Order: sequence, then structure tokens, then C-alpha cells
Amino acid sequence: MGVPNLIFLVILLGAFGLFGKNLMRIRRNILLGRDVDRTDQAGKRWYTLFRVALGQGKMVTRPIAGFLHILVYAGFLIINIEVLEIVLDGLFGTHRLFSVLGGTYDTLIACFEVLALLVLVSCAIFLVRRNVINIKRFGMKEMSGWPKSDANLILIFEIVLMSALLTMNASDAVLQARGFGHYVTAGSFPVSEFIQPIFSGLTDDSVFAVERITWWFHIIGIFGFLNYIIVSKHLHIMFAFPNTYYSNLEAKGRFTNMEAVTSEVKMMMDPTADPFAADAGGEEDAGVFGAKDATDLNWVQLLNAYTCTECGRCTSECPANITGKELSPRKIMMDTRDRIEEIGSNLDKHGADYIDGKSLIDDYISREEIWACTSCNACTQACPVNIDPLSIILDLRRYAVMEESSAPTELNMMFTNVENNGAPWQMPAADRLNWAEEE
Amino acid sequence: MAQMAAEGKQPDVLFWVGCAGSFDDRAKKITKAFVKILHQVGLSYAVLGTEESCTGDPAKRGGNEFLFQMQAMMNIEVLNAYEIKRIVTTCPHCFNTIKNEYPELGGEYEVVHHTQLIQELIENGSLTIQGGAFKGKKITFHDPCYLGRANNVYDAPRSLMQKLDAELVEMKRCRTNGLCCGAGGAQMFKEPEKGAKDINVERTEEALSTGADIIATGCPFCNTMMTDGIKSKEREGDVEVLDLAEMIAQAQDL
Repeated sequence: MGVPNLIFLVILLGAFGLFGKNLMRIRRNILLGRDVDRTDQAGKRWYTLFRVALGQGKMVTRPIAGFLHILVYAGFLIINIEVLEIVLDGLFGTHRLFSVLGGTYDTLIACFEVLALLVLVSCAIFLVRRNVINIKRFGMKEMSGWPKSDANLILIFEIVLMSALLTMNASDAVLQARGFGHYVTAGSFPVSEFIQPIFSGLTDDSVFAVERITWWFHIIGIFGFLNYIIVSKHLHIMFAFPNTYYSNLEAKGRFTNMEAVTSEVKMMMDPTADPFAADAGGEEDAGVFGAKDATDLNWVQLLNAYTCTECGRCTSECPANITGKELSPRKIMMDTRDRIEEIGSNLDKHGADYIDGKSLIDDYISREEIWACTSCNACTQACPVNIDPLSIILDLRRYAVMEESSAPTELNMMFTNVENNGAPWQMPAADRLNWAEEE
Repeated sequence: MAQMAAEGKQPDVLFWVGCAGSFDDRAKKITKAFVKILHQVGLSYAVLGTEESCTGDPAKRGGNEFLFQMQAMMNIEVLNAYEIKRIVTTCPHCFNTIKNEYPELGGEYEVVHHTQLIQELIENGSLTIQGGAFKGKKITFHDPCYLGRANNVYDAPRSLMQKLDAELVEMKRCRTNGLCCGAGGAQMFKEPEKGAKDINVERTEEALSTGADIIATGCPFCNTMMTDGIKSKEREGDVEVLDLAEMIAQAQDL
């Protein structure tokens, strides 16, 4: 093993070590959420994963973005085969290890090149969409600052990486043609052949330098990107899979029945129940009703937050947002992620007993936002990776109502009516059948 | 229902009228229209009358789970006591709640929306429709969220419109992309949060842009919201908001 291989190994271990550390931190944060059982219906869950995440089933509802996204996604999946080759080459000091595949290898490299070009073009179009055409959902207020830079950085990263790959291939092909060193004739370069003429005037050593520099730049760039992804909204490329697997499979209209409430209501309605017996037996504390803070949410909701890539399809379909209300389902997810990240970092810095006095509600998500929701499920329908902002809004409402009794006044009146008259209006139950007598 | 039970009879279906259908003047017309259809086909049905109580839907969506479950348990006790097997309702909110949220609390019934039942009656030949009254009229259908996205019922209401020989003109946002009328999630019972526009106005504008003569829907709350929208646009003279049950009843001269 030569020195370059050792250096490569150190970089590889460092990159994966850092990535793994961050991944475990995120996993820890997600598991700060409440438990929820999503181990049922494995078959249907795999089907959902294949259809929605792997098959991009919900992306194509917006044809332009959907198509371009599929190009980038296919590029990402398939070009990884080349990354594997590069990693093995780096470790073992080989060059184009997979070239033993012969004709298949040529086809593979040709595919990678075409995909790389398509990714490059798609990312360029995405940049234009975000920064020149200024598509509305990319310019909303929750997208100002870091989220906007994050999106642009990801696209620039990908363009730079693809350019490096193509330049590397071009210089490699030139060296192959000149019979330089160990550059065996391998691969087919339908895209980078157009870059080759740039190197025609350079000496062998200069072209060799270009090839080595772009090789190292490309692979280190990929390791860098890997570690960027884990702290960025781009995490969806990994989390989309577990997120769709664990997503809600029930009818969208079905809201969860809170078990803690069920047992209390049953107690109230059963005259033979002994309230003291239950107290002694079931001391399992349900915590607060609903959610005050991110840790009151369940782990699937927190996984949702880490999966959100801030595309804003939810918000652009949200009737409240469309009509100018404060509510943006995307912001609900971004706030949830920011808050659980903050709680996680407090935990690391100050230990488990530290209380920062903040909460998801009020410090991140306002009352105005949660009370603007019509629970219409447009957001959950629109999300390409089955994120459920509505369930978070409902949990925040539950906290506001059941822990604080702080529902909007009109809703409190409605609750009172339901309680007293069995109807949301102040109408006596005795009049329920009056319609039958009226003409 | 109490009367039927006393006579030892069991209805084919229990008609869950819902609070809007019982108390709201506009929605009561939908209730009556649907009952006329049930009478015409001679289906044996019952209503709970004064024993019916709010399903708890607005309480649940408003965050009051206690109140919801209290309502649910009370209703389930009544329904189970009468050994109800099948329920039809003209309100997608009642439909969704009883169908999806009651089973876990001990209330398991077959629940259908009235557009589904009417479709079934047409398909099994109990009900035949002459399109006369609506022939050639342009109709757009507003998908209620709790019928459409919440429960994937998109075709039953549309199949009824086909039977009416009407010309269905879809809004751009329809079916899975349907825009809410603004009433769901307990919004019906409060003023909207501040914003640029009311949701029902946004939706009404979209419906009007299709050039439809009639805005059809299958939910008493959507009906209210769209009717208000039409009024705010001062179009109540030439555009009607109708429930599908009313349209079928009108076509039958009931």
C-alpha cells in the first residue's frame, strides 16, 4: 500500500466516521420523540417505499420538476457504481478496476457520462428556477437566509462534482490515447470527448496532473458532500426511504384516537369502574396531552422533519397559505426540525436536566399558524415523500386545548355547545327531528 | 329508530342526519331531498332523531380529544344498542368520523356517503333517473376534503352527474388536488385567521371561472361556504349551489 492509498484510507475513514457520528446524533434526536407502532403491514409498507420513494410516484404530479428530479435521482443512484470503483481504486492503488468487465464497462462509463451531463443540466435549470424565474414556493419567507443558500449550495455542489467527473474522464481518455503510464484503454466517453481538445496542447505530465487533481477533487468532493448532506435539507436522499416505509397507511381522514383519553373516558362512562384501582395500577405517565415541544411528538413526526427537503409543494397547495394566512406546512416541518436539533444540541452541551425554557409552540410555531389549518390534507397529499404536517398541527392544537384551555373563543363556544346540546350550535337536542315536520 | 325498535323491526340502513342536516336551514333541504329519494325507492331506513348527537368531528379537529371521545362513546352506545349494521350520511365529516375513528372505540359499521348509496341504488335498478331538469347544464363538482382526499371517494358523486345528463366541467384543482372550501378542521365555527382572502372566495372564484351554472357538492358545510362565496360575488341570481341529493330529487320531480 502506497502513501496515496494510506492518505485515501484516512480520508475515507474520516469522512464516514464523521458521517456516522452525525447520523447517530440524528437517530438519537429522532428517538427523543414518543413511541408509535409502525411495524404493521410490512408488505404494504414496502410497496409504499418502492412506489413513492424508489419509484418517485408522487413527483410526477408536477411534470417539469418531476422529470428533472428523476434525471438527477437516476444519476445519483447509477453514478454511485462509479464512486464505488473510485473508492476501490483509491484503496488498492488500481486504476479503473472495473475495466475488466470489457464491453460492459464501456457501456457503463458511457451511461455515467450521459447521466452526469443530464444531472448537470437539470441542476442548472433548478438554479435558474430558484434564482431567475423565482418560482413562488422557493421564495416564501421561511426560505430566506440559510434555507435558500442551502438549496443553492446543493445544486452548485452537484454541478461542480459532475464537472469534475467529466474533466477527469476527458483527461483520462487523452492519457489513454497517448499510451501514458498505466492508463489502459477502457471506457467510452460520449460526453467528455468534447472536453478532450482542451488538453491537446498540454504535455503528458500536465494532463496527468489534471487527471489526478480532478480524481482527488471529485472523490473528496463526494465525501464532503456526504457530510454536507447530513446537516442539510438534502438528507431526503436517504431518509425518503424509511420515511415512506413508516408513513401513515390509514385513510387520510382518520385522526388517531388518543389512548390516554380513551381510558379516562371509559372510566367516566362506566359507573362500576373503580377510579382508585386504575390509578394504582397504571402509573404510566402519558406526559402532556398533545404536543408542547418537539419531544412530545412521536418519532415518525420527527423523522418527517429530518426528511423534509423544503420543496414547498405542501405550502403551495395549502388553502390557508394560498389565501395569505400565516400557516405554511413546510414551515411547520422546518420549525420542528430546528427545534429538535436545538434540543439535541442542548442535550450534548448541557446534559439531560437542562431546560432552555423554549417550546415548539410559541417559540417556533405560532398560535395563528395552527388555528389557520382546515385539516384538508392537501399538504399530506402533495408531499412527495409522505410527510404529515397535519398531525403535528393537530398535536399542537390538542396541547393548546387540553392542557391550556386556550382555544380561540369561538371554538370554546362550539365545544360548550357540543357538550351541552350535542351539536356545535346552540340548538336543543329536542329539535333534532324538526326537519321532518317542516315543509 | 326507537319506534322501529319497539316494533321489533330493523332498518336496512340508518340515516345519520348530522347536526347541519338537522339544524341548518339550508342543510335541512338536503336532508329532505335525500329522504324523498329513500322513500321513492322504498328502502327501509331509520333516523336516531333526538338520540343522535354530534359525532365529535369538530371537537376532535379543534383539538378537544376528550369531548370527541365522550361524543363518540355515547353515540356508539346508542348505535350498538340498536344493533346498527349500516349507516348512510349526507355529511362527509360524520361519514369520515364514524367510518374511520369509531371502529377503534368499539363502533364498527358499514358507513356510506349518500352519493355512494344513490349510486348503488341506480346500479341495482332501484332508482332510474331522467336527466331532464339538468340536461345540457354546465355543472362543476367541488370535492369535499373529507369525502375525497380523506376517503378517496371521487367517482360516486361524478357518476351521479353523468346520470343527470349534465355537462361536468372540472375545476383545475379537483379530485386529489381539490381546494378546501375553508370550513374543515373546525374553521366552520370560527372566524378565519387574518389573511389576504377568505378560502371560500378563492374556491368560488375558481368554480365560477369554469362558467358552470351549478356548483354541485356533497357536504353541507361546503354548501354553506360556496353559497356564501356566490353571495359575496353577487352571483346568486345565475349560479346555484346544490347538493347532489337535491339534484337527483329535482330531476325526479320529488
